[in-house]
Amino acid sequence: MAPPGNTSTEDLTSEILHALSNADPILSSETFAQIPFEGLKAALDRLSARSMVAYEQVEREDAYLEPEAEVIVSHGSHEARVFEAVRKMNGLSIQDLETEIGDKTVTKLGQGKAFREKWIKKDGNKLVPLVDSVQDITRDQLRVIKEKRTHDPKIVADLKKRKLLRMQKNISFKITKGAKYALEMVKEETDLTAEMLSSGSWKTAAFKPYNFKALGAEQHAGALHPLAKVRTEFRQIFFEMGFTEMPTSQYVESGFWNFDALFVPQQHPARDLQDTFYISDPKTAGRPGPESPEDKRDYEEYIENVKQVHQNGKFGSIGYRYPWSEEESLKLVLRTHTTSVSAAMLYKLAALKGPDGRPPPARYFSIDRVFRNETVDATHLCEFHQVEGVIADYGLSLGGLMEFMEIFFTKMGVTDLKFKPAYNPYTEPSMEIFCFHKGLNKIIEIGNSGMFRPEMLESMGLPKDLRVFGFGLSLERPTMIKYGISNIRELLGHGVDLGNIRKNPAVRLDKN
Amino acid sequence: MPTINVDKYALFEELGENFTADGFQDLCFDFGIELDKDTEDDPSRPKDQAPELAIEIPANRYDMLCFEGIAMHLNIFRGKHATPNYKLVDIPESKMQSITVTKETAEVRPYVAGAILRNLKFTEASYQSFIGLQDKLHQNLARQRTLVSIGTHDLDTIMGPFTYEALPPKDIVFKPLNQTKEMNGEELMAFYEADKHLGKFLHIIKDKPVYPVIFDANRVVCSLPPIINGDHSKITLNTTNVFIEITATDQTKLDIVCNIMVAMFSKYCEEQFTIEPVKIISEHNDCTRITPSLASRTMDVEVDYINQCCGLEQSPATICKLLSKMAYDAKPSEDPKFIKVTVPSTRADVLHACDVMEDVAIAYGFNNLPRTTPNKSSTIGKPLMINKLTDIVRNECAMAGWVEVMPLILCSHEENFKWLNREDDGKTVIRLANPKTLEYQVVRTSLLPGLLKTIRENKAVRLPLMITEAADVAFKDETVERRARNERHWAAAYCGKTTGFEVIHGLLDRVLSMLRIAFITHEEGLAGKSFDFVVKENPTREDGYFIAEINEPTFFDGRAAAIYLRLGGKVQRIGEFGVLHPSVLEKYDLKYPVSVLEINLEVFL
Repeated sequence: MAPPGNTSTEDLTSEILHALSNADPILSSETFAQIPFEGLKAALDRLSARSMVAYEQVEREDAYLEPEAEVIVSHGSHEARVFEAVRKMNGLSIQDLETEIGDKTVTKLGQGKAFREKWIKKDGNKLVPLVDSVQDITRDQLRVIKEKRTHDPKIVADLKKRKLLRMQKNISFKITKGAKYALEMVKEETDLTAEMLSSGSWKTAAFKPYNFKALGAEQHAGALHPLAKVRTEFRQIFFEMGFTEMPTSQYVESGFWNFDALFVPQQHPARDLQDTFYISDPKTAGRPGPESPEDKRDYEEYIENVKQVHQNGKFGSIGYRYPWSEEESLKLVLRTHTTSVSAAMLYKLAALKGPDGRPPPARYFSIDRVFRNETVDATHLCEFHQVEGVIADYGLSLGGLMEFMEIFFTKMGVTDLKFKPAYNPYTEPSMEIFCFHKGLNKIIEIGNSGMFRPEMLESMGLPKDLRVFGFGLSLERPTMIKYGISNIRELLGHGVDLGNIRKNPAVRLDKN
Repeated sequence: MPTINVDKYALFEELGENFTADGFQDLCFDFGIELDKDTEDDPSRPKDQAPELAIEIPANRYDMLCFEGIAMHLNIFRGKHATPNYKLVDIPESKMQSITVTKETAEVRPYVAGAILRNLKFTEASYQSFIGLQDKLHQNLARQRTLVSIGTHDLDTIMGPFTYEALPPKDIVFKPLNQTKEMNGEELMAFYEADKHLGKFLHIIKDKPVYPVIFDANRVVCSLPPIINGDHSKITLNTTNVFIEITATDQTKLDIVCNIMVAMFSKYCEEQFTIEPVKIISEHNDCTRITPSLASRTMDVEVDYINQCCGLEQSPATICKLLSKMAYDAKPSEDPKFIKVTVPSTRADVLHACDVMEDVAIAYGFNNLPRTTPNKSSTIGKPLMINKLTDIVRNECAMAGWVEVMPLILCSHEENFKWLNREDDGKTVIRLANPKTLEYQVVRTSLLPGLLKTIRENKAVRLPLMITEAADVAFKDETVERRARNERHWAAAYCGKTTGFEVIHGLLDRVLSMLRIAFITHEEGLAGKSFDFVVKENPTREDGYFIAEINEPTFFDGRAAAIYLRLGGKVQRIGEFGVLHPSVLEKYDLKYPVSVLEINLEVFL
């Protein structure tokens, strides 16, 4: 027999098969007591998968000897040792007995028990034997237990009480021959190979059963970032609805495009240092002007319109009536929204001529990074992605905007929108978009929308009856809801867990 | 958005209805304010305190920044009241209180307005609301008192006519509100420097040669705007005649604040909604006038414009009725195409007919407006070319087994330069003026810092790590209007027990071949000749890329190469790849070798 622990599964299966030829059933606790559980289980599984053996698991409480019991097994019980010493010397004093045995406790306990059993008595200052020989029952019982790990339950209970035993649960196996029992295992192939196909050996070969309970091999797959996957889904929706993607590759904006063009007054709190990142180098933008020699737009007129509409009112507006500062408008900032790009696009649109000589209807969208000088926490970062859409057309109405939003959000699996009046400096009316969230059991805000103000559009030279819807939402919020992420830092930025990126499933916004 | 806390029971009493939680929530939703909190069931509310509602007000509705304004507008909206008709007491100019302005005020805070509320009865609640409204106006419209500041006084303790002057700080001596000691302007600045509440306003005038000050006829200092009032004229619960003076650097906002202050609290005057005017004598800047103006404004608004935008077909009369719910006084005009809309002086948010149109929609109910098809005209969708190109690269990387990451665009200056053993030449990087932390000092000029920080934060993930990003970096650029431009880059990083240099190299080859860019071998022998020479010699040679060893401190010696692209006979360096120098790894706290790659993608457009 191979030494325990070193037995390979191969050897062990063979041993089990041989053991079964002599006895059926066998108990592993007897036949294979030294073999570790895992190894034995693996061998049995291998055999049972081929119906060569059947086995059932037996759970049993085994008794193990405490150190004191081990002493008893090797030297005898205390009382037996006392009796033996007294008998051997045919009587001796208590002091001599202690010297003879060499252990005070054993002497004391053994002496008492030996008196009670009437094996010895006191004769003067000497102890003398009363019988010729005794039977050391405790030692006999412990010897049985040491070998069999069990005994009559009463005896085990008694010895346990005497703190000579400790109990431990053990799992063992009751093994019987299976339907295809044989003494030797047939050699099995793990996989079908090209050689087998060419030699034809697959016809006679036996194949190792496949473990259908385990996962397949790991794929070392690449993965796209969850935010990017949601972004792809949004872009798809925009394309389906006829939107052109806006060129948002412009993190740095002037106050003019980020605020003034949008009719955000120069004292608006959004322009505070607390909220907006200003740029110290480079510090100042150039005056808005032609982007190329082909750009024939009258920027001077546009700047003047913006100034007038803020400072004195124009286009039917009384304006904010404060001294507008060009210097303030040329301060550079990190864009706080992609609406700055929408403004530039609408100004471009104003110069386009459709078939009727007027700016043609247009739909624009973008999904890109924006910056806010926020204090960072679980739901706020200084950077996030804004999803933005713009629809310019003649004769648009609020009912059309709401219906559009309904169709847009239905594509994301969100329905039954409610619209709440809100304030935004560049849209009027402004509508916050809400939906009912089943998980939270309340209505939650999912986006913003509105009609751009005439002050903004007419300054660009867009016709009065061309109305423009704008709407926006963040990319992070729906992604966090989708993937159950509560901390934005685990999604955007370097705090992301690469393992999670790999595991995040595909986005199917319309699916749930 | 400002949040106003109001006594729930008092508000419901004022509204004459005991709303359910949902009922009040719906009312707020429809009107466009937001119920943020109701402390009714909040266990932390002391038993003896009435429950409060926290209500968020749209940032342009200065007329709803107090209990009185919220209650009034909700009542008007629900058709319970008409809009009050605010009146000025009819007294001859000669009998009016006056404030005479000296021209020195132009140097520090040029404008002033005044008003008097007579025979007013405060309760504890209305007194607190009166103070609260001033605070809210100071914070919001007045931009922390920089634009406008309000002083209120017990008129019975002072005597007109008043003057508004600007004097050297040392010459202004008075006992500030709730103080026991007199001090001059300079001492006052020092005294309040550490004050939690007032300290933040000192900067507005601190370094000016003269400070603004309001005196009564006996040279009693009423206030030192925008910092503090005098103790002498302080108002109390028992004050019945209130003198309000308001100073400003912005005249429009001065008038708005003045109108709102008196409109909200003239309700408590014996003669409700009646205000005693104050004459402002300010000849030097042509601002002599009577305040408050309380002037309402009349606009002719096109009926068709309202109906078209809202998708309605309402008659002028119905539209006027809807507008009355939003505190307007509107009447059909002789021309049936128009309605005459009178905007009350308190509705400073109404600038254009579009604001009136929105209010029609709110009064009608946004969610009741008829829905129409959004497809007026058909348009054709189109992706941005750079994004389409980027998607090809991103997908090829993922297919090759790389994981996409999305680090931040802002980073520290060190991460962008020193930690990569790179120099800042002062012409490249965009610096932020006011970041709150060192993490956000510059806009990245390279994708590497984000990738390396991502690796650093993923120590627990099994090696090798193979990550990639295709996104924008930005550079200063004096030639364009915004003086800066973005550039789309693609980068990748490999971190393992070995460098993975050839893996990075292989990824480069793979992606470029997918972009139909062939590798140019060195068969023709580049030794001793510049790349330019090769191009000049044979400008018709096919497009492609090649790499050449470089020696740059970011990389480990002998393990880095520049990537060159030849398109249409022009050669340019588009990026580099290599094994990071151990000193770079140390800065980024990385324990394993890392190979990186970064190129400019825009050249492939």
